[in-house]
Amino acid sequence: MHPAPSVIVFSVLSGAGFGLLFFLGLGFVHPSGLVAFLWWGLGYGLAVIGLLASTFHLGNPKRAWRAFTQWQTSWLSREAWASVAALVLLAPMALSDWLDLGLPRPFGWLGAALALVTVFTTSMIYAQIKAVPRWHHWLTPVMFLSFALAGGAVLAGQSFAAVLLSALAAVLLAIWQVGDGQFARRAQTLGTATGLDRIGEVTVFEQAHTAGNYLLREMIFVVGRKHAQKLRAIALALAAVIPAALLVISGEVWTFALAAICHLIGALTARWLFFAQAEHVVGLFYGKR
Amino acid sequence: MTCLPVSTEKRLGLAIDLDTCVGCQACVTACKGWNDQGYGVPLSDQNPYGAEPSGVFLNRVHSYAVQPIEGEAQTINFPRSCLHCEDAPCVTVCPTGASYKRSEDGIVLVNEDACIGCGLCAWACPYGAREMDAEAGVMKKCTLCVDRIYNENLPEEDREPACVRGCPTGARHFGDFADPDSKVSRLSAERSGYALMPDLGTKPVNRYLPPRKKDVRQDASILAPLLDIKASGFAGWLDRVLGKI
Ligand code: SF4
Ligand code: SF4
Ligand code: SF4
Repeated sequence: MHPAPSVIVFSVLSGAGFGLLFFLGLGFVHPSGLVAFLWWGLGYGLAVIGLLASTFHLGNPKRAWRAFTQWQTSWLSREAWASVAALVLLAPMALSDWLDLGLPRPFGWLGAALALVTVFTTSMIYAQIKAVPRWHHWLTPVMFLSFALAGGAVLAGQSFAAVLLSALAAVLLAIWQVGDGQFARRAQTLGTATGLDRIGEVTVFEQAHTAGNYLLREMIFVVGRKHAQKLRAIALALAAVIPAALLVISGEVWTFALAAICHLIGALTARWLFFAQAEHVVGLFYGKR
Repeated sequence: MTCLPVSTEKRLGLAIDLDTCVGCQACVTACKGWNDQGYGVPLSDQNPYGAEPSGVFLNRVHSYAVQPIEGEAQTINFPRSCLHCEDAPCVTVCPTGASYKRSEDGIVLVNEDACIGCGLCAWACPYGAREMDAEAGVMKKCTLCVDRIYNENLPEEDREPACVRGCPTGARHFGDFADPDSKVSRLSAERSGYALMPDLGTKPVNRYLPPRKKDVRQDASILAPLLDIKASGFAGWLDRVLGKI
């Protein structure tokens, strides 16, 4: 699948933002005054920038409001609702922290839960797609939630962030391991896709068109898979291992800042791979994967 | 609405005959020609006369070489357009309600005025039946020529999809699969018509008719008996004399 920069930036930043809002909403930190403004502002900023970035890859962004209408069947529509609901419901808690209004903490709990629900809905947009076997399994939501929780905990300056980062490392290794075998497990080939396997062994005799098209650009993105193993090592190190090590060594504010930057760069790399490595079954009709 | 109808009155679709299709691409051209000026925005091309042309088509024809375990290899031409699935995943993923399946005849359509061009439906379709229009930023797909099949301004024989009408070998058939006596239903039953990738649960309406069984090639030439003519008369005498030298 084509790794569109807007979608990668959106899902990484909004994931980390909602992760931070989750910990702020639950009251793991009790900032007040300017610190509260900046901290909540960071959470809101990441979440909102991410959501705005996601509209950049739309063909008709001016109609984006329509994405709220089909929540009954569409995960993308549910994501739209969950994100707005989380941001609205957490607002009183954010204001209370900033202006010292002393609102009871449980006010933030529902919003915190919705922040995680938002991340889950984002992950289901990908996990629901049967035509992309690498995405279509339960580890996809687990991976998105692990990123949000680990990233959120680092941004919230929590001492247990190192534990969540280690868990993230395990999830990444698992999803790569499982993902690599997913296409083969689906057992779709050019023969089964065309149904011509009932006659014999099928190969492409002549392509349907000599020029490129939307399908080849969007769904049959094969460049960049070559360096996948190296990029995985980089993603694992930057997103999880190095930040976890940093936080074990020191608990200073600057270590958290460094760990957060490192983690986000690693997360962007991992998300790029999530798209670039995903094979759509339509590639089979073209004799590709 | 992106909720799928529980059932549709008709199940309109195509039966595509892989035996007769010669891969001439006439349906591709007929489809592009009709839909360029029919339903919705035109099917735009980018850089059509340049080095890297690209454009939207609602129907593509592949060519495959198929080698059976025994016998000769075959070339099989394979048209690919929307199968108007009963459990269309492209419809349910759509966040705006632009994609929908009609309850009266089962045709899957895009309301281009509501489409935000997110591309999610094209991801969800396993068959590559949807292509985004780069000019208008909306999703295009086969309409089953909804603006022809009910169009009373057209002569009756033209009230079928452009690809069906344009096919010189009659390899594409249009009809109602919900009616067991329709031409497409009977063809599909007689010729063991099959659905594409049924295990993905999309329940396609369109059916592909597999190529008929091919004759076995005869190793001896059918001209062989003719080559064994005994020469007579002067030619026979010459043949005998020359044979002795
Ligand atoms: S073939 Fe693709 S676009 Fe057509 S109905 Fe089925 S899933 Fe949707
Ligand atoms: S591209 Fe248009 S029709 Fe397809 S899912 Fe998005 S809004 Fe719906
Ligand atoms: S039915 Fe109409 S829109 Fe669909 S492939 Fe044929 S010509 Fe194109």
